[in-house]
Amino acid sequence: MTSPRLSRTILMAPGLGWLALFLLVPCLLVFFNAFYERGIYGGVDYDAFTTENFARLIDPLYVEVFLGSARIALITTVLAVLIGYPAAYAITLASPGAQTRLLILAMLPFWTNYLIRTYAWMVLLNRTGLINAGLIDAGVITEPLPLLYNEFAVILGLVYSYVPFVILAAYASLARLDRSLIEASADLGASGARTFLKVVLPLTLPGVAAGSVFVFVLSIGNFITPDLLGGGHVQMLGNLIYDQFLTARDWPFGAALSMLLIAVMMVLLFTQAVVVHRASARSGGRA
Amino acid sequence: MSANTLLAAEKVEKRFSGVVAVDGIDLAIAENEFFALLGPSGCGKTTLLRMIAGFETPTAGHLTLDGKDITTVPPNRRPVNLMFQSYALFPHMSVEANVAYGLEAEGRPRDEIRRRVGEVLELTVLGELAKRRPHELSGGQRQRVALARALVKKPRLLLLDEPLSALDRRLREQMQLELKRMRHEVGITFVVVTHDQEEALVMADRIAVLDRGRIAQLGSPRDLYDRPENRFTARFLGQMNFLEGRLGPDGLTVDGLGLVRGVRPAGATDATSIGCAAFRPERVEIGDVATAGNSLSGTVEAIAYHGNSQSLIVRLDGAGGTRIAVSRSSTAADVRPVASGEAVRLTVPPEHVRLLAGGPDTSAAASAEADAH
Repeated sequence: MTSPRLSRTILMAPGLGWLALFLLVPCLLVFFNAFYERGIYGGVDYDAFTTENFARLIDPLYVEVFLGSARIALITTVLAVLIGYPAAYAITLASPGAQTRLLILAMLPFWTNYLIRTYAWMVLLNRTGLINAGLIDAGVITEPLPLLYNEFAVILGLVYSYVPFVILAAYASLARLDRSLIEASADLGASGARTFLKVVLPLTLPGVAAGSVFVFVLSIGNFITPDLLGGGHVQMLGNLIYDQFLTARDWPFGAALSMLLIAVMMVLLFTQAVVVHRASARSGGRA
Repeated sequence: MSANTLLAAEKVEKRFSGVVAVDGIDLAIAENEFFALLGPSGCGKTTLLRMIAGFETPTAGHLTLDGKDITTVPPNRRPVNLMFQSYALFPHMSVEANVAYGLEAEGRPRDEIRRRVGEVLELTVLGELAKRRPHELSGGQRQRVALARALVKKPRLLLLDEPLSALDRRLREQMQLELKRMRHEVGITFVVVTHDQEEALVMADRIAVLDRGRIAQLGSPRDLYDRPENRFTARFLGQMNFLEGRLGPDGLTVDGLGLVRGVRPAGATDATSIGCAAFRPERVEIGDVATAGNSLSGTVEAIAYHGNSQSLIVRLDGAGGTRIAVSRSSTAADVRPVASGEAVRLTVPPEHVRLLAGGPDTSAAASAEADAH
């Protein structure tokens, strides 16, 4: 006979083992690598302990890259929430069958490889791409618009990629919202806008927080989109780390940059957990 | 329609993708009335209520309030408030903020809001709980917050959807009287929707019994209880005995019993048809009491003691062995004790027997009975 505690341990073991082996161990490796000097031919010189790599993080050059990345991630997050939240709300208003179909539609882009989707944007946005060619043919513009290889393209690509995450997170919150609360608000004389601001939004804030943190964390660490759609003109934290490991071959500094990124993510995830906890505490655990 | 009609429904109909929920209802609710819509689940009472509140638009017909057509007016522009069955309190707001919500939506000055919220919290005995959140309250307290939140708006009409169904029995009985008192104090017209016939009988001035989207009967509690006009009403309110037979000009002919005399509802046609005699357990007397009464005989099968009363199940001789319930006060039982298995003679005065047309509609009656309990 197995006790509930034992069977719980057995059920969790594969997942925990997986995370320990492929998440915790690599993170620890990166952490330790950050405290040594780089080897002469790349790699890590484990005989030379140093904290120099962390000191280099506050070099204005890198601070600027970090702030730039944070700004792009923040703009992406705001746009993704502004697009994803109303979409999620609209989905909750549909009939149950239609809700499933609409959610599948929202997830459909994930069936195609991320790289291919990013290349597709390049086809759309370049100087002779579909958008520019179409606008010139229509006589709206005479010169192609600079749509590609700039911050605009990077943000567009990131928002496009991460809107589905916001939709899913916001939908989870909105679907659990008691419809009679919305009716009660209308019954008490509130307009649609007031109902949204005073009732719907506060009660679904945990979903918005979850979606936002997700988008921000994924955006700030992304290196494919800035590389392809930014065309080397937009340097983000992810690109910097990528370059340190694969181009500059300075693994210890790359490790230090990675630790910075991980620290930012952990702070955000913790903040989100606090928001969710508070929201559920004040509504009696039903948030 | 009388001069003091507050709400009128004219041939109101509601279909949901072809299925009729409300089937052409005409209704006039007077100012200052405590009105009940009573019926089993699926009878259309909640749909009718939601149309009055503005959450559903009638497929056909009109609703007027104070003589103005409100059929398509949105809920936030109607001087009507609904107390939700689930109460629908805002979980992220205190009691005070919940109650103030409707006045803030109206854009009332802050002083007025504070004063009116204070008044209504006093009326509903919630003053000390003003700062609590809904999840920190008991069921009865939440119910009072929901009531306060609707009352503070001083609506022309307050709708209550199964207001007491979430409360335990003792609290429910207390709140029935409490609601009656508050209605009197605030002078607002109440329309309550309920499936609980006792609730409707205790609280309402008038009751509309609904059956499959139509009004089966409308009247005072006493009218409905003592003078049901059809089987549905007879069965839905309280306990009722039925004897099946054929209606004739002189009464109901029952196999093995002969003629049972009684009263036909006003306006009933005298054509011969199948029908029934309906009478209350408490109208049956044991022994040959009234010489003019309908005389029955049978065997006592079971006796149940309820404290203040006693009920017997008697299997009749004739009428295919139909079982009827007999109820009498405990004091009467002391005077004339009856034992299980004993043969008894019963008398039912004709003035307390309703002769109703139609055969037993088992499906509707059975579901009505299931919902009533």
